[in-house]
Amino acid sequence: MSSRTFPIIALAIAMLFGCSPADETSEPEAVFIILGSTTSTRDSGLLADLTERFRARTGIEVRVIAAGTGRALEYGRRGDVDMLLVHHRPSEDAFVAEGYAPYRRDLMYNDFVIVGPPDDPAKIRGTSTATDALAAIAASESPFLSRGDDSGTHKKEHGLWAEAGIDPGPHSGTWYRETGSGMGATLNVAAEMAAYTLTDRGTWLASANHQDLEILLEGDPPLRNPYGLLPIDPERHPHVKFEAAETFIHWLLSDEGLDAIDAFKVRGEQLFFADRSDSGGAAAVSD
Amino acid sequence: MQPEAPPNTPLLPLRFERVGYRSRSTSLLEELSFSLDAGPVSVILGPNGAGKTLALRIANGLIAPSSGVVSWNGGTERARAESTLVFQRPVLLRRSARANIEYALRLRGMARKECRSRAEVALGALGLSKLGDRPARLLSGGEQHRLALARARALAPTVLFLDEPAASLDPGATRALETSITNLRDAGTKIIMTTHDLEQARRMADEILFFHRGRLLEHASAEAFFGDPKCIEAKKFLARELTS
Amino acid sequence: MGWIGDALAAAFELIVGGDPELGEIVALSLRVSGTALLVSSVIGLPFGALLGIVRFPGRRGVVIVLNTLMGLPPVVVGLGVLLLLSRPGPLGHLGLLFTPEAMMIAQSILITPIVAALTRQTIEDAFDEYGEQLRSLGAGRLRSAATLLYEARFTLLTAVLAGFGRAIAEVGAVQIVGGNIAHVTRIMTTTIALDTNRGEFALAMGLGIILLLLALAIVGSAEILRGVANRAA
Repeated sequence: MSSRTFPIIALAIAMLFGCSPADETSEPEAVFIILGSTTSTRDSGLLADLTERFRARTGIEVRVIAAGTGRALEYGRRGDVDMLLVHHRPSEDAFVAEGYAPYRRDLMYNDFVIVGPPDDPAKIRGTSTATDALAAIAASESPFLSRGDDSGTHKKEHGLWAEAGIDPGPHSGTWYRETGSGMGATLNVAAEMAAYTLTDRGTWLASANHQDLEILLEGDPPLRNPYGLLPIDPERHPHVKFEAAETFIHWLLSDEGLDAIDAFKVRGEQLFFADRSDSGGAAAVSD
Repeated sequence: MQPEAPPNTPLLPLRFERVGYRSRSTSLLEELSFSLDAGPVSVILGPNGAGKTLALRIANGLIAPSSGVVSWNGGTERARAESTLVFQRPVLLRRSARANIEYALRLRGMARKECRSRAEVALGALGLSKLGDRPARLLSGGEQHRLALARARALAPTVLFLDEPAASLDPGATRALETSITNLRDAGTKIIMTTHDLEQARRMADEILFFHRGRLLEHASAEAFFGDPKCIEAKKFLARELTS
Repeated sequence: MGWIGDALAAAFELIVGGDPELGEIVALSLRVSGTALLVSSVIGLPFGALLGIVRFPGRRGVVIVLNTLMGLPPVVVGLGVLLLLSRPGPLGHLGLLFTPEAMMIAQSILITPIVAALTRQTIEDAFDEYGEQLRSLGAGRLRSAATLLYEARFTLLTAVLAGFGRAIAEVGAVQIVGGNIAHVTRIMTTTIALDTNRGEFALAMGLGIILLLLALAIVGSAEILRGVANRAA
């Protein structure tokens, strides 16, 4: 290139390289693992809180890829992440059975709620179970938003419809609408359309855009939403950082990690509840 | 291809033998045959559309003829290196006047230092010494033409082709340019130029090739042509009654 | 009209507050898109110039394909690069997925056709003007291409800026191959998308305003540079 202009641009870019804070080449020793997780854990700020504490303790950086549970599991199968924190028990069990993860551990749970417009055209306020609520929405053909993205929430919603004996598929595009987006984006759409939707409480509380939407149904036991930890099996993908991933899992399941989960609050509310049923925490990992 | 000529052979004469040029089905040049020798200023004269510029480009080798043969006594390869063409509207590069000349010299493989000094000499010869650092494209029309001529001169060609020199210049600039061309002739450069301007032809020409509608109608010394034109078209052209 | 005020206030606060995270995000955006610009220029300028000058059978087809590729959907590029860099993919062993380098690769692929296609058009037009003169001076095709790149430098600056604008404003590809990891692959557009999903519209819009101001500053200074240089040449 014979131009005098382009070297100037090149120089400017080179200067950017020099002063960039994200330049990893400056600290080649830094250990990091990639965690495939869900939008609910990231958007609520929980993962930022946990990974910061963990880094302060061990020096290991955790890089979070927030995707739906379906996509996160796919990243795991391909070996693009080192471990997973997801929430759809049947898929997680299948993942272990297929040999992609050596084991699964319960970490915590939160719960799903059904939100909708305050005038409640389907009258679900009077119902006590999620399946009754969905049946009422279907019967009144009130607008309902589905994630439609194969995420854990989406899978959960499908399970609930099946339990209610309703197949919403044929109604897609009428009262049943699939956004194909994350939870936050779907809540934005629900707020605009005054529609019902199923959301995890964390994303709901973290969202700054509720408009008129209200929680109309909560507390039904099937709405409990457990999160599982899955390290990727190094026998499947030899390049994964299995040891560092296990270090993170041990720490999360230790009292320090579990207490941090219980202590995490958004707008004064606890979002996630540590699962202490795997008694002994870290010790349970070594089986 | 011509047989290789020995190194000391003169480059000229340039010969056209039954040269024709067709674009699609239209014949633009027909059966041109002539020979140009070293020395005199050869002026290709004729009204617009006579095929003057086309003939010049074929002579220079920029365009290949559709039929016939263009040959140089010293060989086509040497002609490529020892001739140069100045266009009617010379294209100058977006850089200084001096750099424009240096660029042409660099293309001939000349060392950077020699380019510099030869460019300086060429600028001086055309009275452009003070404008060497000025952006070429910001020079006046007359200065741009002189710069193009300086660029051609720096290449020290044996043959200099000029297409309608000074066609769009004011009388003062035209006169300056013509003086420069005459100086080059006096220094031994063979000048082959086109013009549609009768007065310019009278001022410059030693011999005339009179073109009309793609044909060479008359090839004579300037004296003979202006004193006693043979064909009816030339007579009309000299009387300014022939426009195309 | 309240939201405009909110967005402007958010933008003002972000800039004046000197948020270190904002600085990091802006710097990474510039680094990723700047590198993509550099790569696309190194490839696109010579390729476009040669395509503008050299005649060969099938050239028309290449030009049509190139012009079509100017409209490559970022999300398709992102998916393609994901499959390329994912562990089972052909370049999976490099471990580049979810790094700034992956984003640079995706954006380079996205904007190289833009730089090349605009260069091709510019150089082809310039060749109409200069071609015969260069040929008569004895310049070959390669030399002509190089000369015309220099001659058309001010017009080509626009081509290059068009590529840069596309890169810095793009979210579909970097979201997929970068993963929007905080402090690692989070750039301006992915942050805007994230804030939108969080319902933080004012914050998202504030960042959008900063992105626009940044683009304005870059294009504006290039335009001034061009004006100054143009008067001098």
